[in-house]
Amino acid sequence: MSTTIVTLPDQSTARIPKMNYLSKENGLLSWLLTGDHKRIAILYLISISFFFFIGGALAGLIRLELLTPQSDLMATDTYNKIFSMHGIIMIFFFLVPSVPATLGNFLIPMMLGAKDLALPKVNLLSWYLYIAAGILALYAMITGGVDTGWTFTTPLSTHYVNTNVITTGMAIFIAGFSSIFTGLNFIVTIHKMRAPGMTWFRMPLFVWAHYATSILMVLGTPVLAIALVLVVLERTVGIGVFDPAKGGDPLLFQHLFWFYSHPAVYIMILPGMGVISEVISTFSRKRVFGYTAVAFSSVAIAVFGFFVWAHHMFIMGISNYSVLIFSLLTMLVAVPSAIKIFNWAFTLYKGSITFETPMLYAFGFMGLFTIGGMTGIFLGTSGVDIHLTETYFIVAHFHFVMVGGMLMAFLAGVHFWWPKMTGRMYPEKISQLAALVTFIGFNLTFFPQFILGTLGMPRRYASYPPEFQVLNVFSTAGATILGIGYLLPVLYLTWSLKYGEIAGNNPWQATGLEWQTQSPPLTENFVELPIMDHEAYDYEWLERQKEKEVASVG
Amino acid sequence: MSDSPVLTQDALEAAHHAHPPYQRHHFETMDQQNDATNFAMWLFLLTEIMFFGGLFTAYLILRNWYYPAFVAASHQLNVYWGSLNTLVLISSSFTMAMGVWCAETRRKSGLVLCLTLTFLLGLVFLGIKTIEYSEKIEKHHVPGFHYSLQSFLNPASDPAAAQYGDKPLALDMARKTELYFFLYFAMTGMHALHMIIGIAILGFMIFRARAGAYTTGHVTFVENFGLYWHFVDIIWIFLFPLLYLISRHQ
Amino acid sequence: MSEQAHHDEHEHHIVSPKVYVVIFLALLALTSLTVGASFIEMGIFNPIIALGIAVIKAVLVVLFFMHVKYSTKLTKLTVGAGVFTFFILIGMTLADYFTRAWGRW
Repeated sequence: MSTTIVTLPDQSTARIPKMNYLSKENGLLSWLLTGDHKRIAILYLISISFFFFIGGALAGLIRLELLTPQSDLMATDTYNKIFSMHGIIMIFFFLVPSVPATLGNFLIPMMLGAKDLALPKVNLLSWYLYIAAGILALYAMITGGVDTGWTFTTPLSTHYVNTNVITTGMAIFIAGFSSIFTGLNFIVTIHKMRAPGMTWFRMPLFVWAHYATSILMVLGTPVLAIALVLVVLERTVGIGVFDPAKGGDPLLFQHLFWFYSHPAVYIMILPGMGVISEVISTFSRKRVFGYTAVAFSSVAIAVFGFFVWAHHMFIMGISNYSVLIFSLLTMLVAVPSAIKIFNWAFTLYKGSITFETPMLYAFGFMGLFTIGGMTGIFLGTSGVDIHLTETYFIVAHFHFVMVGGMLMAFLAGVHFWWPKMTGRMYPEKISQLAALVTFIGFNLTFFPQFILGTLGMPRRYASYPPEFQVLNVFSTAGATILGIGYLLPVLYLTWSLKYGEIAGNNPWQATGLEWQTQSPPLTENFVELPIMDHEAYDYEWLERQKEKEVASVG
Repeated sequence: MSDSPVLTQDALEAAHHAHPPYQRHHFETMDQQNDATNFAMWLFLLTEIMFFGGLFTAYLILRNWYYPAFVAASHQLNVYWGSLNTLVLISSSFTMAMGVWCAETRRKSGLVLCLTLTFLLGLVFLGIKTIEYSEKIEKHHVPGFHYSLQSFLNPASDPAAAQYGDKPLALDMARKTELYFFLYFAMTGMHALHMIIGIAILGFMIFRARAGAYTTGHVTFVENFGLYWHFVDIIWIFLFPLLYLISRHQ
Repeated sequence: MSEQAHHDEHEHHIVSPKVYVVIFLALLALTSLTVGASFIEMGIFNPIIALGIAVIKAVLVVLFFMHVKYSTKLTKLTVGAGVFTFFILIGMTLADYFTRAWGRW
């Protein structure tokens, strides 16, 4: 048994295929007017990376401010704006579109054996909406920012702050439609564009995860849109629906907002789970244990996601009976999440595991997501929640899920499919180092925040009592390491565009249809319509294919 | 999974023989394209349901809290205009459905007639809505803009209220009528916005239908637009009783 | 099985104008009914009847004008999913508002 499964073609003779989706047409216009899902995915990849680094810079400023107990780096108002913009950019402009709009866009048609998404123009429109929303959000940030936190809590956002709530609200409204169109496109594509033989239970789990995500996008996002419209109207016209003085109810906003924003955290994490399923299976050379259970657990998470939103509102004055019901329902979500983690663990069991970079990130995901998920149980328990909510425990919890989970999965996915997207390998050793640095930096940044939270340090303040300083210094130091961990991939991935080794069609010996074609793929993906004649993750089928090729070539 | 679109070999071969000009390159067959766009339209309507869902939730909560204010405020709406508008919209839905039938059976002049009728009925609806809105503006019943409580504090002075024998509301409750009128404007305004978009598309479709675009067997666009138009109709079917017919008895 | 489903989808069902006319007349009748009912004092039943008639009208439009009666299971499921989520939003939000009055335990 070799220590690695990477099979690269002979580098002295290998060439990137002359005809591919990147080389087919040239010029800026050919990109801006493209209908090709792969090109749109690349456009998205560039734009979300841009927003990620803006959000990351803001996070750096937050951690710098929190290095000392006093509010000395910036005024407290500025601090409020910084953490609000950090949240808004990271959630609406990075996490929500991250995996679906880049990897999902690139891979779903290929995995299904289709030539493109069902609605290529809508797909392009979704990118333009995203860019328009992003520009509007940046404009709002530059011209004074917004300081409500990403949740736009009423009546703070409608009555008490004097910042760019309207502009930012509209930016998120538009970004929401971008997300709706992506989700809508995926659902139609998955239902209607599958290749012959590609039945529902032969689809890769990545596709199942995106199907579940898309349901949430289509059904949840409009409610956020209407909630934001009402906030904007409340500020401009003073309609009173959220204003107690006029008979409205601020909690109604919370209901509408969290009806979207709780499912939104599943929009953020489910595609990451899809990536992890692919990576774990490929690098342990085994079919994902309990394929059907993992597939249905994605859908179950999506469905349960609509029943738990009020656990964000336990201390806000909702009815005690609602608290009870929502607390119990919240526990339900733990079941499908745990199914996934257990099944990945069983997939590893007795597999031929190799430790390529995507696998390292996937291990990071499994550990960190488990911690993030378990602390979610603490927070879903209404009694414990009253003690822990609005403290750094919450901050640590959702960063473990979103950064430790989704960002790890995103990086795992980008590394895993980088050879497919660009035709070249990333450098293995330095990327393994980056994965390690990220993991260490992450734990150093966010684990102390759990302790800070249980000790009672509130979130969203620029200053804190001096006894919390030691742990905050740890956290800031960790954030620096984490920053390096995220900068490294940008550098070496850019480097690899020109100097990386030629990857060949299937460097990982993976089984998905996307690997059975050239890298980078052709504009319409396949030379002829593929026919799916085997189950997903069938490594024996792959071996037979290879033998056949050798026999026919030899 | 009976909805499985898995393509059979013979379907693929058939597709290679005939490539209608309106078939997009990334679809294997025309049926696949039609199914996909139709399904996409339905999913879009789902987002619309949820979009209006937020407003309906707000309406139900506030109506339960301030029922007397909602009753008094609803008396300010003219039930005859509202009923007439309902009839107009239902008729436009009917002409739209007939339009789809004309397109399916390749009757060009019938299609143009049906679309034009739908277009005109849509305009009539908006015209009546404008009359209703201008009444509200005259009486200062637009929330946020010099809102007047006169009709609710002293209903005898207002024929629309007096007609139902409304009792004067306490100041606190009377002020809640503003919430009703906000919801009225938000819900009917959002609905009217959908109508305006629909009418614009209808204008484009009439133009294309006269050129014979939808009577060659490719009717997906007309069908999908029909779905949108009927959906807008359904929203009104709910808005009408919720806003106009809360309580009309003396 | 998939082949069978495939053929079903291809048979494009054309709804006859007769059906449209009947539905149209039914909608007109139901509209008059709901307007008339609102003028009669029925207490709690006023909103129930008004919404009930609206639901019937909406179902008629969805089934016949929008062809859902003749559509694939997928379309039916899609409509169902929309209605279901709509009721989750309204139902679970209202549940909070109604139980607030029950106070503490």
